[in-house]
Amino acid sequence: MRSFFIASSPGFVPPSTNDFNLPPSIGDSPYSTKPIFLVFLSVILISAFFIAASRKAAVVPGKLQFAGESVYVFVRKSIGEEIIGHEFMRFVPFLFTLFTFVITNNVFGIVPLLQFPAMSHVAFAYVLAIFSFIVFHAVGIKKQGLIKYLSGIAFMPGVPKFVYILLTPIEIATFFIVRPLTLSLRLFANMFAGHLLLLVFISGGHYMLTNDHLLLKILSPFSFAMGIGMSFFEFMVQCLQAYIITLLTALFIAGALADEH
Amino acid sequence: MFELHTLISAATKAAEEAPNPLIPNTTELIVGTIAFVLLFLVLRSKVVPMFEKAFTARTEAIQGGMEKAEQAQRDAELALHEYTAQLADARGEAQKIREDARVEGVAIIEDFRTKAQEEANRITVQAAASIEAERQQAIKALRTEVGALATELASKIVGEALDDQVRQSRIVDRFLDDLEKSN
Repeated sequence: MRSFFIASSPGFVPPSTNDFNLPPSIGDSPYSTKPIFLVFLSVILISAFFIAASRKAAVVPGKLQFAGESVYVFVRKSIGEEIIGHEFMRFVPFLFTLFTFVITNNVFGIVPLLQFPAMSHVAFAYVLAIFSFIVFHAVGIKKQGLIKYLSGIAFMPGVPKFVYILLTPIEIATFFIVRPLTLSLRLFANMFAGHLLLLVFISGGHYMLTNDHLLLKILSPFSFAMGIGMSFFEFMVQCLQAYIITLLTALFIAGALADEH
Repeated sequence: MFELHTLISAATKAAEEAPNPLIPNTTELIVGTIAFVLLFLVLRSKVVPMFEKAFTARTEAIQGGMEKAEQAQRDAELALHEYTAQLADARGEAQKIREDARVEGVAIIEDFRTKAQEEANRITVQAAASIEAERQQAIKALRTEVGALATELASKIVGEALDDQVRQSRIVDRFLDDLEKSN
C-alpha cells in the first residue's frame, strides 16, 4: 500500500482555490470568464422561463404556467406571506429575484457542461448580501425613522440598563457586520466547499484511472461513484442555500418592519 | 509519513499561489450587481404582475362562481316563496268563490222557492175567488131557474096559481132551505 502512495503522491495535484479562477475566454477581458457568462446565462434563462410561464396569466394554468407559478407561490407564500406578514407583497419581487437567481446559479454547479456554481466566487455572494442589507435597513428606517430605528437596534427595549454595556456592541455588530457577512459567507462557503468536494472526487478518480498501478485503476470507479453521490448531495445543498438566503432576508425584513426593532 | 508531507507541501504551495478566496473580484461585483438588478427589473415588471393577475382572476372566478350560485339559489327561493304565496292565494280565492257560489245558490233557491210559493198562493187565491164567484153565479142562476121551474112545476102539480109574488118567493125559499138541510 505504502508504495502506491509514495509512487503516486507527487503526481497528484489536489484541487485548490486556483481551480476556481478560470481564465478569460476572450482575450484578456475580465468580463469573459466562466462565472460571468454563467451569471448572465442565469438571468436570461430565468427571465425567459418566467416570462413564458406567466405570459398567458390564464385562470386555468397550463403545464408551463403551473411550473412557474409553483416556484413563485413558494416564494410568495412560504417565504413572503408567512414570514413578513400583511406587508409582504412589496417584497415579493425582491425575494423572488433573490431565490431564483441564487438557486439557478447554484444548480449550475452540477449541470453538465456548465458545472460551476457562480456563488463560489465570493463577489456574487457579497452583492446579494449588500442588496439584502440595503433593503432591510431601508425598510426599518422608512418604517420607524432613522433615529428610532438605530436606537431600537442599539438599545433593545425591555432590558436592564447595565446589560447595554454588553448588548449594545453585540447588537450593532449583529445588524451591521454579522448579518451581511454570514449571509454572504454561508452561501459562498457552501458553494465553494461543495465544488471543491466534487473536484476532489472527480479529479481524484481521473488520476486513479490514468495511473499506471492496476489497483488504483480498479478502485477509481469508487471515486467517481462518490463524485456522483456527492452531486446529489450538492443539489440538495444548492437548493437549501437558495432557500436559506431568501428566508433570512425575509426574516430581516420582518424584523425591521416589526415595531420593536 | 513522506506521502503526507508531500501532500501538505503541495497543498501549501497551491494555497500560496492562489489568491484569497474571500477577496472579491471587482469585475464580478459589477457584473453581479448588474445581473441582479436586471433580473429584478424583468421579474418585477413582466412576471410578478402577470402571476398576480392570474391569481386575482382565479380568485374572482371562484368567488364569482360562488356568488352567482348563491344568487341563483336566492332567486330560486324567492320564486318558490312567490309561487307558494300565489298558490295559497289561488286556493283561498277558489274557496271563497265556492263559498260565495254556495251562498248565492242557496239564496237563489230560497228566492225561487219564495217566488213559487207566492205564485202558487196567488194562483190558489185567484182560483178560489174565481170558483167562489162562479159558484155564487151558479147558485144565483140555479136559484132563479130552479125557483121558476119548481114554481111552475108546483103550480102545475098543485094547480094553484101562485101569482102572489110574496107567497111565491116564500114558498121557494122554504123549499130551498129544506133542500139544503136535506143535503
